[in-house]
Amino acid sequence: MSLIIFLQETMVDYGAFAAIGAGLAAIGAGIGIGQIGGSAMEAMARQPEMQAKLQTSAIVLIAFVEAVALFAVVVSLIK
Amino acid sequence: MLLRFSRICTSLLLLLFSANIFANPAEKSDNSKEFDVNEMIMHHIKDSHEFHIMDINGHAVSFPLPIILWTDNGLVTFLSSEFNHDDSGKVIVNRKNQAFIKYHEKIFYAAQTGEKNIIYDSNGVVLNKKPLDLSITKMVFSMFISMVLLVLIFVATARTYSQSRNGEPTGLGKFTEPLVLFIKDEVALPMIGEKNYQKYMPFLLTLFFFIWINNVMGLIPFFPFSANLSGNIAFTFVLAVITFIITTLVANKDYWKHIFWMPGLPVPMKLFLAPIEFLGIFIKPISLMIRLFANISAGHIIILSLISLIFIFKSILLAPVSLFFSVFISLIEVLVVAIQAYIFTILSAMYIGSAIEEHEH
Repeated sequence: MSLIIFLQETMVDYGAFAAIGAGLAAIGAGIGIGQIGGSAMEAMARQPEMQAKLQTSAIVLIAFVEAVALFAVVVSLIK
Repeated sequence: MLLRFSRICTSLLLLLFSANIFANPAEKSDNSKEFDVNEMIMHHIKDSHEFHIMDINGHAVSFPLPIILWTDNGLVTFLSSEFNHDDSGKVIVNRKNQAFIKYHEKIFYAAQTGEKNIIYDSNGVVLNKKPLDLSITKMVFSMFISMVLLVLIFVATARTYSQSRNGEPTGLGKFTEPLVLFIKDEVALPMIGEKNYQKYMPFLLTLFFFIWINNVMGLIPFFPFSANLSGNIAFTFVLAVITFIITTLVANKDYWKHIFWMPGLPVPMKLFLAPIEFLGIFIKPISLMIRLFANISAGHIIILSLISLIFIFKSILLAPVSLFFSVFISLIEVLVVAIQAYIFTILSAMYIGSAIEEHEH
């Protein structure tokens, strides 16, 4: 509780919080996209004939992960 | 074809030079002011009533766009150049016994009482009344250009097919046919299915090409392009709402059953899932909207921030670095804008496909 009061009193610059939030979102999205990309590459190496299908689904999945990160970025942009 | 394009280019150039006439010589340059990166970027990202082209010795050169207002006394129209680049509510334009001011790219009625034109409340919110603003702003102007370009491209494409002897694509058709086939084979067929896909092809193609051309136009850094149209939340909102309406209207019995009473689950789980699935109906188009808006805005912000590095550090030595990185990011953006148009299309197709899918149980 005292920590919150301390933060409220000292951190007038909310821009710093926004930057931290954007950074955390970038970390999360990086991990997620890395996992998808890694698995997709592995699957493509195992079954090259499936490459087109795997690529499509990998891009779509990356879009989903990215959307979550972008929600966070938009929130940090707004405030 | 080439002749027509050169004619368009010439008229665009003429437009560009005619804009010089509207440059305001009275405005003073303020060199003492710190360069505000945030303000510059936000000014670029947001919509505005004039198309700012460049600054010459601190004088703004911009292309004036019409302001169309529905006021208490009826329709009022004038050019935004009458505000003399003023955006702080100082310049008053009088029309039909009414006084208008422009403040932060919004048109207000000027306040009648007192010396100030703007009245604020204690939180700094403007209290002035607003007329209904139907202006052709920078974004609308940019959208009109993209529409004209799309019509030109596809009418020309259609014409090449009537001219070719055996139905093979010639000329511009060689460029557009692979893209159309790509949307058909990679997006519509797998996502919607062989039985129904033809009904949705016009929508998906329009979506893909409209988003793509607007994204690409945002990357071209000079007038009359460079507007951040697909990074405007109103634009993406309307596209997402169209997808939402189509999905909801064509949805069959199975779709609603899977949302409100998921088959094959115990009853407590059905009760638990129903509200989540119901919210999902709205979250899907909202995520479509946010994804396109944030991606394109982020691209514009990154490029502008890299260029502003020179002005933040006030050093010419940084110019090659920032130039290299902004060219690098621009090239990545060329890829990103195509992928974003594709993702918007494929997800719309997926949502439509899931709404008309027939289950066997």
